[in-house]
Amino acid sequence: MQIELGHYLSLSAIVFGIGAVGFLVRRNVLVQLMSIELMLNSVNLMLVAFNRYMPDNHAGQLFAFFVIAIAAAEAAVGLAIVISMFRLRKTVHSDRADTLRH
Amino acid sequence: MTAGGEALFAFCALVAVLSALGTVIVHSPIRAAMSLLAHIIALSGLFLLLHAQLLAALQMLVYAGAVVVLFVFVIMMIGPSVPEPPVLRGMVTKTAAIAIMVVLTAILAFSLMPVHMPDIALGPCLPGEGAECDQFGGVGAFSQSLFLDGLVPFELISVLLTVAIVGAIAVARGRSREEVAASQHKRDAQAKAAAEQGAREQAMAAEVSAHGGHG
Repeated sequence: MQIELGHYLSLSAIVFGIGAVGFLVRRNVLVQLMSIELMLNSVNLMLVAFNRYMPDNHAGQLFAFFVIAIAAAEAAVGLAIVISMFRLRKTVHSDRADTLRH
Repeated sequence: MTAGGEALFAFCALVAVLSALGTVIVHSPIRAAMSLLAHIIALSGLFLLLHAQLLAALQMLVYAGAVVVLFVFVIMMIGPSVPEPPVLRGMVTKTAAIAIMVVLTAILAFSLMPVHMPDIALGPCLPGEGAECDQFGGVGAFSQSLFLDGLVPFELISVLLTVAIVGAIAVARGRSREEVAASQHKRDAQAKAAAEQGAREQAMAAEVSAHGGHG
């Protein structure tokens, strides 16, 4: 079987779907952040795969590079918020962060 | 692509999907973090297959070396979380969310599967070409592209990372007991000073009115 661009794209779609389900269904904030990382990673894979089949420039790999940097910043800020929330609520359950609802 | 490449793709894709499922399904956060690590390593292998050598190395350094370690540190700080009681409220919406996402993902994956692009041969560096050889996805070609086409975003990213680090420290640091006590002490001192000022003004006003009475 010849591996084509389509195989990479469908793999990326599957991983993105798994990440989206994880973000929607899980209620542990840490696992939700990991699901966001899964989604960002799948988009990275798609960008690099497109760039492999259009190798005139490195636009796709550049975008993937920037996405990696943004993901690192997002993880740092997100985990800081998790620590802050744990200090206030003594839990990492995202349903418990409901102060604004009442 | 060679047969070895196809086998590597199959292996990496299988590991990537299984470990992504593990990240989402596994109950304990530390196991989810380890599963995420396996996913990142598998993706790094896929990047190597796609001639993105530098990005594969960066993926290992930044994700496996920094992000997953950060997750593990936070899990370590928070400690073994109290097992949450299973929430029955919202089971219907959860099931609906899973079903809809599975259907949408399956449609997307099956419709993307037959996408065909001509496999453009990327020539490897010849033995005599030496250091000037710009290979696709290698350090030389990629950084030329990065510093010529993407210099402004690159610098902006550095500013963003600095801001994110400062913000993360400011959010996560909190205030120690001494700092809370010090700010309380300062507030008391200010209130005391204001009260003394008010008393002095009152005394002055009384004195003035007393003098007025004499005159």
